[in-house]
Amino acid sequence: MVFSEYRKHPGQTALMALIFLFLLLFLIIPVVKVVFVAFMDATTGEFTLLNFKDFFSTALFRESFWNSLYVGVMSVVVASLFSMPLAYFTSRFEFKGAVIIQSLGIIPLIMPPFVGAVAMMMLFGRNGSINLLLDDWFGITIPLMEGLNGVIFVESLHYFPFILINLSAALQNIDRSMEESAQNLGCSGLRLFRRIVLPLAMPGYMAGASLVFLKVFDDLGTPLLLNVNNMLAPQAYLRIASIGIKDPMGYVISVILVVIALSSMWMAMRMLKGKEYATVQKGGGGLAKRRMRPWEKTMAWGIILAIMALVLAPHFGLTLLSLGTIWSFSVLPDAFTLNHFAAIFAETPEYMTNTVLYSALAATIDVVLGTSIAYLALRTKMFGREWLDYIAMSAVAIPGLVIGIGYLRTFYGYQVPWLENQPMATWWVAIVLALSVRRLPYALRACTAALQQVSVSLEESAENLGASKLASVRKIVIPLMGGGILAGFVTSFATAAVELGMTLMLVAENSDGPLAYGIYVYMQSAAGRGPGAALGMVAVLVVGLCTLISHIVIDRRQKKYGLEPAT
Amino acid sequence: MNQSQPQQGVGSSRGVRLEDINLSFGKTHVLKGINLEIESGEFFAFLGPSGCGKTTLLRLIAGFEAAQSGKVIIGEQEVSHLPPWRRELGMVFQSYALWPHMTVRKNVAFGLEERRLPRREINRRVDQALDLVGLLALSERRPNQLSGGQQQRVALARTIVIEPKVLLLDEPLSNLDAKLRVQMRLELRQLQRKLSLTTIFVTHDQEEANTTSDRIAVINDGIVQQIGSPIELYDNPANLFVAKFLGVANVIDGALVEADGQVYFHSSDASVKVPINGQSAGSASIVFRPQNLTIRRQAAKPPNGATRLEGTVDHKEFLGSIIRYRVKVGRHFVLVDKAHQRGAEALPEGAPVAIYLNPEQVIKLVE
Repeated sequence: MVFSEYRKHPGQTALMALIFLFLLLFLIIPVVKVVFVAFMDATTGEFTLLNFKDFFSTALFRESFWNSLYVGVMSVVVASLFSMPLAYFTSRFEFKGAVIIQSLGIIPLIMPPFVGAVAMMMLFGRNGSINLLLDDWFGITIPLMEGLNGVIFVESLHYFPFILINLSAALQNIDRSMEESAQNLGCSGLRLFRRIVLPLAMPGYMAGASLVFLKVFDDLGTPLLLNVNNMLAPQAYLRIASIGIKDPMGYVISVILVVIALSSMWMAMRMLKGKEYATVQKGGGGLAKRRMRPWEKTMAWGIILAIMALVLAPHFGLTLLSLGTIWSFSVLPDAFTLNHFAAIFAETPEYMTNTVLYSALAATIDVVLGTSIAYLALRTKMFGREWLDYIAMSAVAIPGLVIGIGYLRTFYGYQVPWLENQPMATWWVAIVLALSVRRLPYALRACTAALQQVSVSLEESAENLGASKLASVRKIVIPLMGGGILAGFVTSFATAAVELGMTLMLVAENSDGPLAYGIYVYMQSAAGRGPGAALGMVAVLVVGLCTLISHIVIDRRQKKYGLEPAT
Repeated sequence: MNQSQPQQGVGSSRGVRLEDINLSFGKTHVLKGINLEIESGEFFAFLGPSGCGKTTLLRLIAGFEAAQSGKVIIGEQEVSHLPPWRRELGMVFQSYALWPHMTVRKNVAFGLEERRLPRREINRRVDQALDLVGLLALSERRPNQLSGGQQQRVALARTIVIEPKVLLLDEPLSNLDAKLRVQMRLELRQLQRKLSLTTIFVTHDQEEANTTSDRIAVINDGIVQQIGSPIELYDNPANLFVAKFLGVANVIDGALVEADGQVYFHSSDASVKVPINGQSAGSASIVFRPQNLTIRRQAAKPPNGATRLEGTVDHKEFLGSIIRYRVKVGRHFVLVDKAHQRGAEALPEGAPVAIYLNPEQVIKLVE
């Protein structure tokens, strides 16, 4: 009964089998391998819990564990402090600053945190511009970038938009009548906020907060570049990189990273269960807005400008760093030059060409897989189609670092048949595959959203008029999904271009490295900071442009076809 | 639509036969042993409440659902195992399903392009179809630049241009406003006559079905309750469901009793007694329509041969052309329609009244 669908649709069955094989080889097996090794005795190969005992009896690992949790939680707290006033201003007031707040919600996202980390050190570090000035004027310094503080500061500045966007959307979706009926029943002010507004906005906030925690907890690049090694992700990397792929600690840490990531997602989902309020009725949503009083306006602008200054600081610092000659123990660089840009294009153009090659290939794989999985999941009755979707989406919870370690362990023993001395794990194609698996969830969501907007009857009417399944997919479904697929491609491309954790594990030679890897390599030395920052500027440009394109494409598509925005 | 078009008969029109169709979604048995025969050139309606399976049945004919058992036969050919694109049936979707990335002309040409017809032939037939629905002037527009009624016509043109064997209409009028709906159903009927195209029309609206269709299949709970012309169904419903679904009906439960060689219907509380033609057969129900009753002040003289029921006015509604009284007769409520004359006064609530019922207007239903 369940399997009769397979016999009826051989084409779809073959497609499903191919996708499953891909996910099995390049996602499931590497991750399972990591878990397997974590529970395996390194010498006898038998099942053991000893590795975990070793982990928790080592002071450095215990410290790293708590540090990672602390940094994750504190980043959520600080990010919430940034987001809440901004979300409040836009949803409560008729306010010209709303446009600026909207762009504040995008600017940090176009630069991965590790890219700006060193620049932030130059601005806010112990000997950074700000502290030099403060010391000069008032004789004080602020330890903003000391140790874990630095990681929390940089991460929360980069990831607060996730909370801002989700929280603003949640507030905007609260129907005015919710508030008005509470007022009608005698509730107002702070009490109204606590009893009505806050509970209704909570799901949105939680969604954003759990995402921030996840991203921060898994991040390898930022702590590494800030030279903070007593956290989980850097420890895993350092163990594998310095001791080798036989050392079980890297795997134990990987398992802990995955478990914490999964449980934070699970907790967020549990808290949200049954609370996805869609409260907007016909006739306009959003809370009642009023104009600000003059003193309120002054305060609001003050807060916005302060946050904007912080948000732009990494970009500003990176620009200075990429254009400055020598920048050390001084407020600004000594002089300005374009040599760093010249250097990266002359000496290491492969970082850029590699990035374009890897990301384009990975993004192509992603949209092909994403479109196919979305189609199978939404438009067929094939047994197991949801599982395809679940498995592909599960990559969200797997840190890039873990996928990297899994690839190393799984494919290191195999040689590429037609290349001499080339283990599969460190072949550049492995990087492309790992990138595509890691970014598949983004492309899949984009493709699913695009397909959901295309009503089934549009496809059925084509079949009814004589177009075969394949023809109606090709002539109707794909063109109508088109913009959505393109947006998925661009998002995959941009995020793959700046993926560091995984590439650090898989790049064997500098000549195989992409942008993110190049930035990391350059930033290791003081002399490399200039060119590293220049590479960082290129990365920001690439991601920024891609983000812009995807926004325009989605927008235009919705206007052109009169489609409803996907939910 | 353009009435002055030359006759454009679709010679390919075919009848439809459904044999013992059973279909389940998981554990839900949606269609239960459907048997139907639709004549070539007939305008046929599937009428039933939402969730009765009528749309599923239409989609099954079009090939979008697969039955667990049974045959779909178009003309002489069994199509049960053909995919939708090989069945040559034209379906107009409830949402119209116009492709937003194509112009009106492209939408209409699609089916012909799939059939690999020469470009000149395609253009000729597209023009003809668009002219038929009066939209030739708008052929370069995109669907979202059209009104609801225009979109409906494009969907129709796109379907009839391929000269389908059968035209399938899935609640095609439900997205239109009341006035346009009346106009479109008239146009649909005229178009169908002109093309003498076998048409199956799915609707939950009995008025739509009555006004357009030659015959109707009333469907409920996955079963065909009755098939017949609109008047047959209204006058001789096969069961309570059909009686109640088509128009307003008074239904009274009771039993048939024989006395002095005449069979009478007695309601369970003995407040209604009506002579009935036929044999006595235990428990039964009678059905009669509000407009077939006469309501009088109690003092009035009864019309010839009519049965008299006595009660009091419980409630009244003024509906414009009629006043509908709800009269309490024993434990039953009986609806009575009285045509309204200008200046006539309504009977007050609580007034004692007599209702006269002509036995010929009574439908007997034996369980």
